Amino acid sequence: MSFELLLQYLFSGITSGSIYAIVAIGFNIIYNTTGIINFAQGEFVMLGGMTAVSLSAVMPLPAAIACAVVITSLVGALVEITCIRWLRQPSVLRMIMITIGVSILLREAALHIWDEKVRALPYFTGNECSSISILGAHMSPQVLWVLGVCGAMVLFLSLFFRHTLVGRSMRACSSNRMAAVLCGINAKNMVTISFMLSAAIGALAGCVISPLTQTQYEIGTPLAIKGFTVAILGGLGNTTAAVAAGLLLGIIEALSISVVPVAYKDVIAIGILLVILFFKPAGLFGNKETGRLSEF
Amino acid sequence: MKRLIPLCILAVLVTAVQVAVTAAGQSFYLTQLTMAAYYTIVVIGLCMLMGYAGQISLGHAGFFAIGGYVSAALVIADFSAFARSGIGHAFVKIGFLALGKDAYGSAVALLNPWLACAAAVLAAVAVAFLIGVPVLRLHGHYLAMATLGFGSIIYKIVLGTKVFGGADGLTGVPPFVLVPGLSVSGAMAERIPNYYIAWFLVCAAALFMHNLVDSRAGRALRAIHGNEEAASAMGVDTARYKLGLFVLSAVFAAVAGVFLTHFNGGIGPSEASIMKSIRYVAIVAVGGMANLWGAVAASVVLNFLSLRGYFGSYDEAVFGAILVLVMLFAPNGILIRADVWAKIGKKIEGPRSKLRGILPSLWKKKYL
Repeated sequence: MSFELLLQYLFSGITSGSIYAIVAIGFNIIYNTTGIINFAQGEFVMLGGMTAVSLSAVMPLPAAIACAVVITSLVGALVEITCIRWLRQPSVLRMIMITIGVSILLREAALHIWDEKVRALPYFTGNECSSISILGAHMSPQVLWVLGVCGAMVLFLSLFFRHTLVGRSMRACSSNRMAAVLCGINAKNMVTISFMLSAAIGALAGCVISPLTQTQYEIGTPLAIKGFTVAILGGLGNTTAAVAAGLLLGIIEALSISVVPVAYKDVIAIGILLVILFFKPAGLFGNKETGRLSEF
Repeated sequence: MKRLIPLCILAVLVTAVQVAVTAAGQSFYLTQLTMAAYYTIVVIGLCMLMGYAGQISLGHAGFFAIGGYVSAALVIADFSAFARSGIGHAFVKIGFLALGKDAYGSAVALLNPWLACAAAVLAAVAVAFLIGVPVLRLHGHYLAMATLGFGSIIYKIVLGTKVFGGADGLTGVPPFVLVPGLSVSGAMAERIPNYYIAWFLVCAAALFMHNLVDSRAGRALRAIHGNEEAASAMGVDTARYKLGLFVLSAVFAAVAGVFLTHFNGGIGPSEASIMKSIRYVAIVAVGGMANLWGAVAASVVLNFLSLRGYFGSYDEAVFGAILVLVMLFAPNGILIRADVWAKIGKKIEGPRSKLRGILPSLWKKKYL
């Protein structure tokens, strides 16, 4: 394999990997605050992209994306308030089924609001034909947008969780819910905010990847599965590890195309998930405590 | 004998529905009821697994697909090259291979459907063992994701492999001759016998599970259902029983897959999709986790309505909504459970004993 080809695969892998990483970070934010795995995470990515495509017909692109992010985070808050907020001591099984049901409902709602056609946002800079060349690998400028936006999101989240009051309150909730409540933190609101934040970053990721991979009502479920794979690969709850694991999975998937027929690309990702679950549920960077599940 | 009452009610209902439907001239309902019956077999197995082993399985459509696809692929395949060899001749003599002509008139050698069925069930058992041993050690989210991943892998393999027909699936599956004169096929003339074959299988599966719960293994399962750690402390080998139940539910799903494939004359990749698995889980949730007859009732109703197309384009949304609503408001199922029946039974105990005193002869004959 020539160096240019390898570089091409690497960039392709990093692009899709950063989207998986964003979905995984969304999983981790909600898991850290509540102990729930939100299977509807992929649907937030899909909703962000679809809403932005519809809105971009009536307003300039940056405004459309901003509105799409706001609308999706409101949808996330709605999901949390109707389905999760008022449950008392739900079992893990029950929460899994509820979030799966919610993801199905969101997908079918998207199918009936829009239709089954594939849509895409316009390229942020240039068009489908523009291409830049880095060290011999050719790619669309959109790839740099994806990497830039995802990197900026990770930076923003780390600053948010470390330096803002809301972020620190959410970390307190994840650390020890009872102690946070005793300190006067409204834990229920923190849960809602975590859902809104997850939905918002998912939506932004969906908008930025839309020109490259196109958006359709059913892109949510495979993204959720791969995002979950990445979250587990890095260790559930560990945001920085999720980024590394996401890039790793993206690169492995991209390189696997040179060995295995493309139809089996997803099988490789799921195979990795099963291998990790069977042998090291704590993930590559986790310890034994991550392997057990935290309480809701 | 009391345990057979629900079974008798089911048998009576099945016969009554068939007679009524045929008399009204709406025999086409029988086709959907037959298909619903085969899906019910899967639901019975899954209900036991989720209720007694407490293992959520989001990939059960994968076992159904293994059963259907393996038997379909074996039954369609042409073994002419093999039939010309020495062993091939012997196989033809015994009846393992059958020589015939395909639609274009050229000679083919087809595998005996019984062998294909056995191979499909064995494949399902092997996969269930392979997957079950690591998966059943997981809990909660990890277990759900592992089973979801397994179902997804089966779907992708079936979708991407030429032997299994890719996106088109397999068609042209011949009828499955059970005894000369009785075969599982989709022919219109055979509608009524096929209806009874399907419901006979459902009754057999339900009776099997019912007897299993009342047996020694069943006591272990009920202990695990009550509290897994307590059961383990009492010496019940929980891992072995959970694995056994997992393999058993996989066998049920595979058998249902084989029979439905022969009934439909083919199978497609949608039978292995995640949505199908979630459908089974939603039906079990509606019926109640360990509630066998609730699951049967829910399965018949929901599958029949879905197959008739009453849900229109909202088919999947309905099952998603059912899952969310049942889990939010009635996590133990919405159909009456056995202990509620027992409470009702206790209420009529007083009048019943009075009646026994008045009519001792009837009591002696055990009618009261």
